[in-house]
Amino acid sequence: MINKIALSVADALADTQNGATILIGGFGTSGIPIELIDGLLEQGASDLTVVNNNAGNGETGLAALLKAGRVRKIICSYPRQADSQVFDALYRSGKLELELIPQGNLSERIRAAGAGIGAFFSPTGYGTELANNTDGSAKETREINGKHYVLELPIFGDVALIKAEKGDRWGNLTYRMAARNFGPVMAAAARKTVATVHEIVALGELDPEHIITPGIFVRQVVLIDRVATQAGGTKLAA
Amino acid sequence: MTYQKRSKEQLAIRVAQDIGEGNIVNLGIGMPTLVANHIPADLEVVLHSENGILGMGPAPAPGLEDYDLINAGKQPVSLLKGGSYFHHADSFAMMRGGHLDICVLGAFQVSATGDLANWHTGAPGAIPAVGGAMDLAIGARQTWVMMDLLTKQGQSKVVAECTYPLTGIGCVKRIYSEFATLACTPQGLVLIDLVDGLTLSELEALIGLPISPALTV
Repeated sequence: MINKIALSVADALADTQNGATILIGGFGTSGIPIELIDGLLEQGASDLTVVNNNAGNGETGLAALLKAGRVRKIICSYPRQADSQVFDALYRSGKLELELIPQGNLSERIRAAGAGIGAFFSPTGYGTELANNTDGSAKETREINGKHYVLELPIFGDVALIKAEKGDRWGNLTYRMAARNFGPVMAAAARKTVATVHEIVALGELDPEHIITPGIFVRQVVLIDRVATQAGGTKLAA
Repeated sequence: MTYQKRSKEQLAIRVAQDIGEGNIVNLGIGMPTLVANHIPADLEVVLHSENGILGMGPAPAPGLEDYDLINAGKQPVSLLKGGSYFHHADSFAMMRGGHLDICVLGAFQVSATGDLANWHTGAPGAIPAVGGAMDLAIGARQTWVMMDLLTKQGQSKVVAECTYPLTGIGCVKRIYSEFATLACTPQGLVLIDLVDGLTLSELEALIGLPISPALTV
């Protein structure tokens, strides 16, 4: 019998290796797998490369992981926030490497990894500083039908940590509203994907027409209680 | 001075005038979000948000915020009837693939030929952050910039060549500002309109660049 339901966050993350690349879903307050990030901090893996849209807010979650010195490099599109002080300090002191990527190239590079695409030509960033590698060398470019493109390589994860809404024991997932964001593309791009859900349902209960991430992309599903707001959805992180 | 500058509100109204029935529009963070308040109620305009929303509606009433439903500026929003959710790669395929009619962005500088600088000052110690700016700027069928024409020091933000790091090359079609509306073309600036009482030569003096008089833009 296939059973991807993990008994705990700790069980789901137990084999995380030092030096791993961790894809972490979420955008702003929506879709952040906060319990998995906390679990990663507790699990203790270090020298990590983290891929996320942002670079941590306040002092909790990803910011806490950064502060604990577990992360060597962060790959993201938008590190600067009003409350990104942990990232800002580490970046300015040279203790954290940053690879800054336009958000669409970031999501497409992750998608490419999951889809087995060797590389792709993107028009985004052509002629800008972000058409360079982090060492300053220029990425390959090509003119196709009169338009200019930059060669972008896939971003693979060893582990993806994502937040979904409902799941079953095959790992099929649905999401809630804009909390979907990076979840489906990250799920496909990592060797091991761990998803939190707020509800585990029996096999067959998710409408097959409405499954967003098929279980083939998911290794473990962990149930997390929801702390709902009046309107439903996840409470704004304290 | 016999002319009145457009207020931020008037500027938002001016941008909204050029949005048409059925347009799919992405409004950037900051001043461009004001435009949403002035889209005529009798038009169906579909707002896109980079984090996977089409048919985005206004902020919910206090107490009804849902933090799974936020806009690109991380503020709670709502979903209109007919709206949909999708993942990030699809959302940026909508931009890159030319499916958005219009995006409205803020800017540090725009060149006369439509180069855009709006993501990074490049100042030493500044933390760079780009988000979806580059994808939007080159992806939408029309990229419009909405900004104050002059910096606080009175320098023109419309320039012959951008000195700040570029977001995209030749991507801006129009500039909406407190003094005038301009088109950026491969041949340089073309006037679309200017506030009452301001002359074209006064505007050229403010910007320091030649502006072709309004044609049939």
